[in-house]
Amino acid sequence: MKFTNEQMERYSRNIILNEVGVKGQIKLLESKVLIVGTGGLGAPAALYLAAAGVGTIGLVDADAVDLSNLQRQIIHSTTKVGKPKVASGREAINDLNPDVNVVTYQEWVSSANITDIIKDEDYDFIIDGTDNFPAKFLINDACVLLHKPFSHAGIIKFFGQTMTYVPGQGPCYRCVFLNPPPPNTVPTCKEAGVLGVMGGIIGTVQATEAVKYLLGIGELLTGRLLVFDALEMEFRTVTLASRKNCVVCGENPTLKDLIDYEQRACEL
Amino acid sequence: MSKRDGFIDITDVICPITFVKAKIAMEELTSGEILEVRMNDGEPIQNVPRSFKDEGHKVIDVIKNEDGTFTVFIEKDGL
Ligand SMILES: [Zn+2]
Repeated sequence: MKFTNEQMERYSRNIILNEVGVKGQIKLLESKVLIVGTGGLGAPAALYLAAAGVGTIGLVDADAVDLSNLQRQIIHSTTKVGKPKVASGREAINDLNPDVNVVTYQEWVSSANITDIIKDEDYDFIIDGTDNFPAKFLINDACVLLHKPFSHAGIIKFFGQTMTYVPGQGPCYRCVFLNPPPPNTVPTCKEAGVLGVMGGIIGTVQATEAVKYLLGIGELLTGRLLVFDALEMEFRTVTLASRKNCVVCGENPTLKDLIDYEQRACEL
Repeated sequence: MSKRDGFIDITDVICPITFVKAKIAMEELTSGEILEVRMNDGEPIQNVPRSFKDEGHKVIDVIKNEDGTFTVFIEKDGL
């Protein structure tokens, strides 16, 4: 492909990096990333991936923009309240970078649709920007079964965590967390609150992982969980091991069909 | 005049697009081929040849033109 003068200028700070260069920028423009949830995590991740020139971005969210989202979901804005989040997200992305082809899925992910959504554009990388355990386990299991890399993240109050799964290169989310906690034993972000910047910090780490994976550069958070405490202002990484008997990625996997755990609705 | 395999004029752009434009032209060549770059005096001539060296290319000739611009010949992966 040939760069237009506008693209040359838009992506100049990427292209000038030796680790990116012309080839890397073309790779990004030809890449496809699926972002599940356009909330606190998905909003900044989508914006940075769009800015970087990731050519196709899929957005999955059934929700409409609510005023209470705007404290952290910076892809949306006051004039978009009431609009479907995926439509609002698409407009913001195309305002930022018209090079990006935005594919929207106005639905919640479930065992019934997630495989089709991931296969729809044969996405290269998936970002879990959801806020509930059923969705997190579903995304993990679907990605493991489809051999797709993904970034997991969670934020609550002043805490955040993120890890990256790449097939064959370390543990999956289920290796580490086994099963969702029983419903009603953990607060959702709606009940517990979350500092707005948490999504910015952790969602931006997720976008960084996606870009690195797509370019094939650096060390990913595979086999490592990055934990961030905003009050102490401390980042730590915890080393994680694969579980041989993991039901989805282990030596004798028994989980072949996706599971819909009991869902607690919560705004992202 | 040295032989050349590619030519790019970067006198119409400013930093950092100067190097980006030249770098894109260099990508189209193969190792050992020579890119001719026409650039302005000042920032471009001070930085673009150095940036090419940093990326492993060899500056083989620099010619000052009558109009004040420079013509630089760079061998791909020559270092
Ligand atoms: Zn596993």
